[in-house]
Amino acid sequence: MTPALADAREPSRRSYWRRNQRRLAPALFIAPGGLMFLIYVVIPIFRSISISFYHWDGLGAMKWAGFGNYAELWSDPAFVVSLENNLIWLVLYMFAVPAGLFIAIFLNQTVRGIRIYKSLFFFPFVISQVVVGLIFSWFYAPDFGLLFKLTKMLTGHGIAVLASETYATYGIIAAGLWPQIAYCMILYLTGLNNVAPDQIEAARLDGAKGWRMLWYVVIPQLRPATFIAVVVTVIGALRSFDLVSIMTQGGPYGATRVLSYYMYEEALSEYGYRMGYGAAIAVVLFLIMMVFISGFIWKMYRDETER
Amino acid sequence: MFPRPIQQTRVTTQIAYRIALPVALIIWLLPLLGVAMTSLKPASDLAKGNYFGWPSHLAFVNYADVFRNSPIAQYILNSFKVTIPTVIGAVALSCMTGFALAVYRFRLNLVIFFIFVAGNFVPFQILMVPVRDLTLQLGLYNTITGLALFHISFQTGFCTLFMRNFIRALPSELIEAARVEGVSEVKIFWYIVLPLMRPAIAALSVLVFTFIWNDYFWATVLTNGSSTQPVTAGLYSLNGQWVAQWQLVSAGSLVAALPPVLMFFAMQRHFIAGLTLGAVK
Amino acid sequence: MVQYSRRGIAALAVAAALVASTAAADTLRIFTDTSDPAPKKAFQTLINDFEKANPDVKVKWTVFDHEGYKTSIRNFLSADAPDLANWYAGNRMAPFVKAGQFLDVSDVWKKNGLDKTLASALPSMTIDGKQWGVPYTYYQWGMYYNKDVFKKFGVSVPTTWDQFISDCAKFKAGGVDCTTTGTKALWPSAGWFDYMDLRTNGYQFHMDLTSGKVKWTDPRVKKVFTEWAKLIKPGYVTANAAALDWQDAAPLLVQGKAATYLMGNFAVATFKQGGMKESNLGFFPFPQVTPGVPRAEDAPTDTMHIPAKAKNVKDAKRFLAFLASAPEQTKINDILGQLPVNNQSTVGNDPFLQQGFKMLSTAHGLAQFFDRDAPAEMAKIGMEGFQEFMAHPDRVDAILKRLESARERIYKN
Repeated sequence: MTPALADAREPSRRSYWRRNQRRLAPALFIAPGGLMFLIYVVIPIFRSISISFYHWDGLGAMKWAGFGNYAELWSDPAFVVSLENNLIWLVLYMFAVPAGLFIAIFLNQTVRGIRIYKSLFFFPFVISQVVVGLIFSWFYAPDFGLLFKLTKMLTGHGIAVLASETYATYGIIAAGLWPQIAYCMILYLTGLNNVAPDQIEAARLDGAKGWRMLWYVVIPQLRPATFIAVVVTVIGALRSFDLVSIMTQGGPYGATRVLSYYMYEEALSEYGYRMGYGAAIAVVLFLIMMVFISGFIWKMYRDETER
Repeated sequence: MFPRPIQQTRVTTQIAYRIALPVALIIWLLPLLGVAMTSLKPASDLAKGNYFGWPSHLAFVNYADVFRNSPIAQYILNSFKVTIPTVIGAVALSCMTGFALAVYRFRLNLVIFFIFVAGNFVPFQILMVPVRDLTLQLGLYNTITGLALFHISFQTGFCTLFMRNFIRALPSELIEAARVEGVSEVKIFWYIVLPLMRPAIAALSVLVFTFIWNDYFWATVLTNGSSTQPVTAGLYSLNGQWVAQWQLVSAGSLVAALPPVLMFFAMQRHFIAGLTLGAVK
Repeated sequence: MVQYSRRGIAALAVAAALVASTAAADTLRIFTDTSDPAPKKAFQTLINDFEKANPDVKVKWTVFDHEGYKTSIRNFLSADAPDLANWYAGNRMAPFVKAGQFLDVSDVWKKNGLDKTLASALPSMTIDGKQWGVPYTYYQWGMYYNKDVFKKFGVSVPTTWDQFISDCAKFKAGGVDCTTTGTKALWPSAGWFDYMDLRTNGYQFHMDLTSGKVKWTDPRVKKVFTEWAKLIKPGYVTANAAALDWQDAAPLLVQGKAATYLMGNFAVATFKQGGMKESNLGFFPFPQVTPGVPRAEDAPTDTMHIPAKAKNVKDAKRFLAFLASAPEQTKINDILGQLPVNNQSTVGNDPFLQQGFKMLSTAHGLAQFFDRDAPAEMAKIGMEGFQEFMAHPDRVDAILKRLESARERIYKN
């Protein structure tokens, strides 16, 4: 693309716009979307960071707090629990990646009706997390829930998952994994479709099969799918707000809090009037997320410049 | 193809696979099937403790009750009122931003692009307090417009990523040729690039529709009450009213989930194309 | 640091002010959270009556969703203030009073002699020596019980805690939960704490504790939990209560799987819906724990306030005076099925109301409820602690230590 070349034609009869449109066009095309994004996403990030240095109940005047909110975080048991739970979420949510791959391999056949099977396996992803949360609340309900009955049958003693501080977080994560596995599955199904058949055949002739084939031939070719799967899973794990809000509201006694929910609780829930403190929690969550975002951007940058 | 096509294996394996498929599906969808069944049970079944057996009769009346005795129809209408403008707005804006970032070379190109990408991944909570304040100051708190404006802006990030990469993959010769002909930039966008973007627009539309329909967090933060709240948030407050009436909770949940599900089955190809963008290179 | 377009906002504000000033002359805007049927009807009646008595005023009434109101009130008080809004008494109104968002209405109290007719609610409406709103209804808390179950086990209504605990043993032996609750929403556990503390240490101590003057690690607080543990440790409370909403637990009482339920009077409607009648649903005041401690009760009060940014303050004050009057309180509380605050009003015929009224009017003191007496943040942390205690009574020391460190931080400023 060489702008000079196009401009060289008919230099005299041009308005300012016609002479400069190549230079102005990108700004004009970006302006509407860019401006909205600036106002609603970019600026609020900086505003949140600034609010996190104040004491503010959202009603009266803001009072400078310096690093007070951040200092308080470390001695706040609820914050520590939330952080730990976020970590558990991150680690366990990763299970969605191999599980999605496994189901994708299972479904990657060409028998009759397989398309319907694929769609139905994918189905949980399309449903709102609110509905997923309600479905699993029913599944876990004490006394009559399916899981309660099942554990009662097996052990003689039913487990009310969401009432137990030990199991509740895992119960919610299991609910979250359901759509997440579906998501990873669809990524891998698409990936498997694009695995080079000649390489597979060549490896087969060399006697590779089963696990060895999967590990040495297929998975390396699925790298782009794996990358996206990991990225969306990490983000999904750190964004886990809906399920916690629907299934336990952070309870029992705060055992299932995660940072995203705790932030909302402190700033805006029925008893939360601490916008500054909430903002500080959000900033911590943002910084954690930033680690992953930077990695993602770095990879994109490399891809872009290599091209 | 991996794994080895089932047709090339022993007969027993083939039969086992045929059986395993539906069994696995039923286990996979067990929670959903349970809820679907519960939604068809008369209240008396639940009172008697018949939680797992077949319904004594199919109580479609639960669905009628949900519509008659709750504002769920209003909630669903609100959802459409938020979702449809958002889809149009975000897709329109990102067609332009994506076009600009894909076609032109200028100094800040990559920086702007990466800001869109990064912004798309930030946790909602860091936006919550300022966005709520802004919406309040604009007098748009608890309005469909306020919620849709935010969604449009935020979705523009993801959509720009998508559109830009899509346009990048289009043959650039078309644009070059048009320029040589002296076609203006606006016309290039409108008459040359936009028609080629149809599949991307379709894919994004279904994706954004699903994302926005299923949004719960912003619905909670920016709206309240049945006159403006979309169905996700509405379902949450109905859940508070319907405690212990699982037949209603189930029926309401399924009704709320229906539009994106229909959308998915109708536009499956586009949906998956959008979702798996980048999964293959 | 970054400012949003000031000019645009200013223009909007001007436009809004123009619209408002033309309408303000005789319009009275009221926001309420009365989305449930009975409260809605009560307010409809009240507003109709007011308009009839004041034909020069036109009321514009907006009903909010009951739960959503708790967050939206913070928004509309600053962004789009009505002339009147309902809320709750005690510390629950403190954030708005301290932020200067409620108007001082002491003059309404003085002019109408409300300090006499609404005397019982005066302390809970007063902050810094001024009154910030007008109470219009309240209701009692206490033990609802299944008379059939009591009869079956040969148990009579207990008046002391020890008697109650020994009754519990009988119920437990017969496979019935002595008492049931669902603490998922936290506040039902606070009902238990309030009563255990009110009965163990009395009204003044409870008030001192909720206003941050007593340490949570004080031995007297510890004593409350020791008594409470007598109920929890042997498993007399429904299991897994932390996963249940209070309505989830109500069928247990209805079906006779539980003998008692500590709740507010609003629960009667739920019990009756489940099939209970006055013949098998009973009520008794929470039994005595420490002998000699004068009986105090929880009686949460609902109130109306004038936002500081209200435009039609004159008519709003007329409305408050009207709302405070004896005949109007009689009328709306008949519909609400609750108790009028005005002591000149008459109480409905409902036996639970009559019983509650008698109980409250002879009480030594009335507490609002834990989440209205304590500041919001303390309320939240406290109720979480109570919920945890009800599941793990052995953790009492860790819980109290946590509450104490929260107290030190919260009441500091």
